[in-house]
Amino acid sequence: MTKMTGAKALLESLERQNVDVIFGILGGAILPVYDALCGNEKIRHILSRHEQGAAHAAEGYARASGRVGVCMATSGPGATNLVTGIANAYMDSSPIVALTGQVPSTGINTSYMIGRDAFQEADIIGITTAITKANYQPRTIAEIPTIVNNAFYISSTGRQGPVLIDLPKNIQSETAEVEFTNKIDARGYKPAVEPDLAKISEAANLLAEAEKPIILSGGGVISSNASDEIMQMSDLLMAPVATTFMGKGSFPEGHPLSVGSIGMHGNPAANRLISESDTLLAVGTRFSDRATANLDTFCPCAKKIHIDIDAAEIGKNIEVDVPIIGDAKTSMKILRTALAKKLHKNQSSTWTKRVKEAKDQLSPLLREMPKDLVPKALLMELRKLLPENTIVTTEVGQNQMWSALYFKALKPRSFISSGGLGTMGFGFPAALGAKVACPDRPVVDIAGDGSFIMTEQELASSVAEKIPVTIIVLNNSVLGMVAQWQRMLYKHRYMAVNLGKTPDFVKLAEAYGAQGLRATSIEEFQKAVKTALKSEVTTVIDVPIGSEEDVVPFVPPGCGLPQQRGDY
Amino acid sequence: METGKTKVISVLVENKPGVLHGVSNLFRRRNFNIESITVGPSENKDIARMTITVNGDEKTLEQVVKQLAKLIDVLKVEELEQGNFVMRELALIKVNAPTPKERSDIINCVEVFRGRIIDVSTDSLTIEITGTPDKMDAFLNLMKNTGVIELARTGITALARGAKSVRIDE
Repeated sequence: MTKMTGAKALLESLERQNVDVIFGILGGAILPVYDALCGNEKIRHILSRHEQGAAHAAEGYARASGRVGVCMATSGPGATNLVTGIANAYMDSSPIVALTGQVPSTGINTSYMIGRDAFQEADIIGITTAITKANYQPRTIAEIPTIVNNAFYISSTGRQGPVLIDLPKNIQSETAEVEFTNKIDARGYKPAVEPDLAKISEAANLLAEAEKPIILSGGGVISSNASDEIMQMSDLLMAPVATTFMGKGSFPEGHPLSVGSIGMHGNPAANRLISESDTLLAVGTRFSDRATANLDTFCPCAKKIHIDIDAAEIGKNIEVDVPIIGDAKTSMKILRTALAKKLHKNQSSTWTKRVKEAKDQLSPLLREMPKDLVPKALLMELRKLLPENTIVTTEVGQNQMWSALYFKALKPRSFISSGGLGTMGFGFPAALGAKVACPDRPVVDIAGDGSFIMTEQELASSVAEKIPVTIIVLNNSVLGMVAQWQRMLYKHRYMAVNLGKTPDFVKLAEAYGAQGLRATSIEEFQKAVKTALKSEVTTVIDVPIGSEEDVVPFVPPGCGLPQQRGDY
Repeated sequence: METGKTKVISVLVENKPGVLHGVSNLFRRRNFNIESITVGPSENKDIARMTITVNGDEKTLEQVVKQLAKLIDVLKVEELEQGNFVMRELALIKVNAPTPKERSDIINCVEVFRGRIIDVSTDSLTIEITGTPDKMDAFLNLMKNTGVIELARTGITALARGAKSVRIDE
């Protein structure tokens, strides 16, 4: 037992969790923690310029590294500004811990107290209940170590997700005896589930008999580091691998059996082949509406096996034949062993031929580089320009869907995007977080002009904190995805989508002390990317593109995956 | 709203602040329909027992159980098996009773339903009645003509029958 302030107890607890960086912004109600950070050499604090940026950066850090990301904010508006980032992490099952200051729980000044509508008071526990796995508000200093242990344990195990700790100011500043243990106090939380061997056996039987198997690899494969197991299963079955958008990167997209992502803007080969398959092995996916499109025509001929760590995902959106509740990596290992014993026949070469044919026909490679700067060519060119170990983040909208379609992700944790919540402004701060986690790897945010503006203020943070990344702004001067919907589904009735030619992104970058470049041809683009990769400061590359460019193929709302329109 | 079956779920939760908010918030957020929810201490002082009646189809009910089980402060969730549990609800009913004739009619009804008169004033009677929701409805139907001034129903609480129990063995 040692006597110390709550703030000190918090920092020591974080150090015990090997936290090396916190993204945050301070304010009145979190000052004692910032005071305790003075002189702390183990934890680096990165000053974001808006709390949303801090939360996304923590998520980028988490998704690039596989470790829990930490963000911090003051009470009231600081805390509520984190909310979008927390919701994003919840939807995409990313492990982050958010720390917020809170007005005091008791004190001499009884009007500056929880429940009195004190200055900068917000009920962040109430607000985040639906978007966190758990949230805590310590009422004594002694409970801080256990609460921090709980938070990291809950955030990083099972189906990962955000946890929030709300710290009343008096709890940070007062002193008490504190004991540090590894104790976790969450008896209602049981994340480790051993897969049911009877179900594994049923799944193995189905796969052994399959003529046209397909593997659908979701975000859970990345969280569970199960990419090798997906590869081994694909090898064993000679099965094509489609990913969900969140699973992009879980299987190398250059592989002959990779067919890309399924979904509303999925790869036509993936959408077609999954519809033709007779056995679906879906791993770590929640069958989101954007992935499956209309459920009535989703994968209509297939027996379905669903592996997920979250029991509530089984049967939530689609009925499956064999449910397996368990960690993707563990379950896939056991399944592979079970299957290897049962697999006697040679795998059908008709199906692998069909896979190749579908890919050649439906998602052909670009034969020659077009003269104009079109997104498809840009993104295919970008893949060539970037080293294999580059981490790519995206914003949300057309830039994101073009990236999904045409930018091949080669490794897990190298393609980071806001899938579930679809948060514009996610990509740039997430890129900063990824760069902090992996300083030796290039990090590139593929952005649109609409999205980038939403968190562009983090340029200040990236320059001041020396976190160089590259932002490629596909600049069409419109909110492109909604403009596309207005064009396709609202008879060209454009409303509130025109952004004009503002700002000048080169000047904007320069105003922040970053590097600004503009590319109006493929040659200039190549040159700009090369310059950016070598740069010691963040680079914004403004790439003007046509404002009426659509993202196709496209499955219109209400239609099924086979009803995809438009060519790849 | 829903047309599915009504089911009774027994939920053991940590007996601490915020847990009821977590549970009720989950129902709202997932668009589940609660008919009633009762909470109180269980056999263990650290654990509270919630009895939740929900209405929905099989799939919804399966989701209710699974989503509840995901909450960190929820220790155990079990659907009580149809016909294999006992349930009771308590109602307090204040009714108009201005004349001796009406009073005696009401008292007769209360006796038949094994209720009790727990408060009397010049113009009204307050009745306590315990039973299944069906019994409550039947009694309330009888009281319609007399005129119900105030009604407070607790919602049902329930336990599995006999050897079957929903509990945490330490």
